[in-house]
Amino acid sequence: MKHVVVIGGGVAGIRCAIELAEMGIEVTIVEKQKHIGGKVRNWHKLFPSFTPAENVVEELIKRVQNCQNVQIRCCCEAENITPHQVTISGGETLNCDAVVVASGFTLFDARIKEEYGYGIYDNVITSADLEDMLNRRAVKLTNGASPRRIALLHCVGSRDEKVCQRHCSKVCCVTGVKQAMELKRLFPTADVFNFYMDIRMFGPGYEEMYREAQADYNIHFVRGRISEVSPTIDGKLQIKAEDTLTGRPLKMGVDLLVLLIGMKAGDSNKRFELSCHLRRQDSGFMQPKDSFLGNVESNMNGVFYAGTVTAPKTIGESLNEAVTAAHSVAEWIKHTA
Amino acid sequence: MKRSSWTDYQKEIADNNYYYARSCIRQNFFPGSEKAFLNILSKDLGRDIYDDPLHTSCTGIGYHGDIVPLETIMTVVARQFALMSEAGYENFTSSCITSFGIYTELLATWEEFPETEERTRENLYKATGREFTKPKNLAHTSDVIFHHRKEIGQKAKRKLINTYTGEPLKVVEHIGCHYAKIFPKSGIGGSEFPYVLAGMVEEWGGEIVDYPERRHCCGFGFRNYLVQANRGYSIANSHRKLESMAPFKPDFIVTNCPGCSMFLDKWQYTIAEMEGTTFGQNGCGIPVLTYEEMAGLVLGYDPWELGMQMHQVDVEPLLDKMGVEYDPSAKYLGVNGKYIGKPKKAIVNSRSKETLYRIKR
Repeated sequence: MKHVVVIGGGVAGIRCAIELAEMGIEVTIVEKQKHIGGKVRNWHKLFPSFTPAENVVEELIKRVQNCQNVQIRCCCEAENITPHQVTISGGETLNCDAVVVASGFTLFDARIKEEYGYGIYDNVITSADLEDMLNRRAVKLTNGASPRRIALLHCVGSRDEKVCQRHCSKVCCVTGVKQAMELKRLFPTADVFNFYMDIRMFGPGYEEMYREAQADYNIHFVRGRISEVSPTIDGKLQIKAEDTLTGRPLKMGVDLLVLLIGMKAGDSNKRFELSCHLRRQDSGFMQPKDSFLGNVESNMNGVFYAGTVTAPKTIGESLNEAVTAAHSVAEWIKHTA
Repeated sequence: MKRSSWTDYQKEIADNNYYYARSCIRQNFFPGSEKAFLNILSKDLGRDIYDDPLHTSCTGIGYHGDIVPLETIMTVVARQFALMSEAGYENFTSSCITSFGIYTELLATWEEFPETEERTRENLYKATGREFTKPKNLAHTSDVIFHHRKEIGQKAKRKLINTYTGEPLKVVEHIGCHYAKIFPKSGIGGSEFPYVLAGMVEEWGGEIVDYPERRHCCGFGFRNYLVQANRGYSIANSHRKLESMAPFKPDFIVTNCPGCSMFLDKWQYTIAEMEGTTFGQNGCGIPVLTYEEMAGLVLGYDPWELGMQMHQVDVEPLLDKMGVEYDPSAKYLGVNGKYIGKPKKAIVNSRSKETLYRIKR
C-alpha cells in the first residue's frame, strides 16, 4: 500500500488524510501538539454562519479516527523532508511515497505591537483570547465586571510594514465583525466599536453580516487605526485613533480592547526552506509551484501543500484545498508508480 | 505597570572613561545638573569623565529648526568626535537628548550611506584639518546614570520615599522624543515603554505613575515653540499632559531632556498665571526634576548646590516629603554666597485653592 506523510494535524491536514485514506492510501499525520485539530479547536464559532467550531473539528476528528489506514503521531515535528522520507523529532524516519505539508500558520504575537499594551495592561486581549473566553463562557473584565464599552482593532500584525507583515490576513475583518456581534449578543447595552483600515468582506454572506452588524446590532465602524493605548485612573483603557473619514483625531475610554491578530507564516517554514530546499515567499509563507494550476504543489516533486501553509485562508478554503491536495498526491503516486 | 518588555531593549553602556558633550541650553535652565552629573561620576562613582572646553553645540536645534543643513551638522558632529579621539577617549556621552538623537541618527546615516561619511571626512579636514574616529560607545547621560543606578542606590543617603507616610514617592517620568522614538533600539526599554528613568526611580525606592497622556509631547516640539506663532500649541500640549497626570497625584516629574524639563516646569507657571490652575496636590505646581537632580538628592547633595532654586515650581514641598535638610535662607545665594535675587510671588507656588486636582475631585 502506498504511504503518504501529512505534516500538520489541523483541519487541512485531517481533511487531506481522510481523502487519501478513502482512496486506499496509507497516511501518517505528524502533529507537533498533543492533539490534532489545530487552532480551530480553540475557536468558538465560525463566520459567517456562527457554526460552533467544535462541530467541524469533532466531525473531522471522528472521521479520521475511523479511517483504518491513518496513523496519528502527536507531539512530534517534521525535521527534514524529502518526497520519500520525513525525519521527525528524535531522529526517526518515515518512509513514504509523497508528503503533504499542512503545517498551517502562526498567530501574530500582539506583544510586538507594544503601543497597544498587550501583556502590560489589563483588559487588552487578542481575538484568540476572546474565542477562548467565549468557549469558557467567561467574557468579563479582570475585575469580574461586564464591559460597557468595547473596541476591536483590525489588522494587528497584518498589512503592517513596521512588523514586517505586509500581507493581509484575510479573515480578520470578518472575524472582527463576528466577534463584535457575539459581544453585542452577550452585552446588549454595551457600545462596540470596530477600528479598521479597510473592511474586506470577500466571502459569501460576509457583506450581509457586515450590514447586519451595523443595522441590527448597532455596532460602530470607525475607519482608522488605534495609535496607542494607556490606562486611566478608573481602570479603563484610553485609546487614541484618527477617524480618517472625518479627518479628526479621536480619544476614547473603553473597558475592553480586542486586538484582531493576523496570520503569520508558520514557524517551521524557515526550517523547511533551509533544510528541505522548499521555496518560501517574501511573506514567509511557502511558495506553491504555480498560483493557478499548481497551487497545492511545491517546487519539489512529491511534496504538496494544503491550507494556510501557503497563505492566509478561511477554514472552508483550507478544507477544499486539502481535498485538491489529496487528489493531486494520488495522481502523482499513480503517475510515478 | 508590567514593564517586562523593557528587557528586550538593552544596549551596551560603557562603564568608564567618558568624553562628555554638554547641552547648549541646559546651563540656562537647570544650571546645576551638568555639574552634578560630573560630580556624581567622578567623585561619587570614581569614574573618569572628560569635560572638554573645546567642544561646541551640536547645532541640533538649528537642524530641527531647518536653518542648519545636514552637511553642516554632520561636520560639526564629526568635529566633536575628532575632539574625543584627540583627548584619548572612545566613549561618547551627551547631556542633551536632541544631541543624542543627532549622534545616533548621523552614525546610522553614515552606516547606511557611506558616501556621506566620506564627504563629512573631507569637509572636516578642509575646515579644521582634523580627522575623526567614530565612538566605540555612544550613550546619553541618563543611560550612564541608569547603568550605575545600583551603585548609586548602594551609596544613597536617602530614598525616594515619602518620610511622612513611608510610602514610595509617586513619580511621573517623561522621556525626550529623540531618546528612542527615532531608533527604539537606541534606548533602554525602547520607545513605547522606556525604562531608563523608570529603572532609576524603582531602584531608588520610588513608584512610577502611568497615566493616559504618558507618551504625549511635553510641549516643546521644537517648532511648537521656536515659531512664535505656534506657542499656543506648546502650552496646550503641556496643559493636556499635566491635566492627565494630576489625578494620579504625582510627587514630582523627572525628565531626561532639556526641553521637557523646561517646558513642564515653566509652563506650569504660565498656566497658573493665565487661568489660576495648578496641578499638584498641595495647591502648587508639580516639581520637575532632572535625573541628575534626582540622583543628587538620593546621594545627599544640597538642593541649592544642585541648582534647584532655579526651578519655576518650588521644590521645597518635595524636599520636605523626602526629609531633605536644607537652609531656606541659602536658597537665593549664589556660589560665592552672593545674593542672586528672588523671583516675585507666583500663583504656581502659592497654594491656590483652585487646583485642578480639587476641581476634579
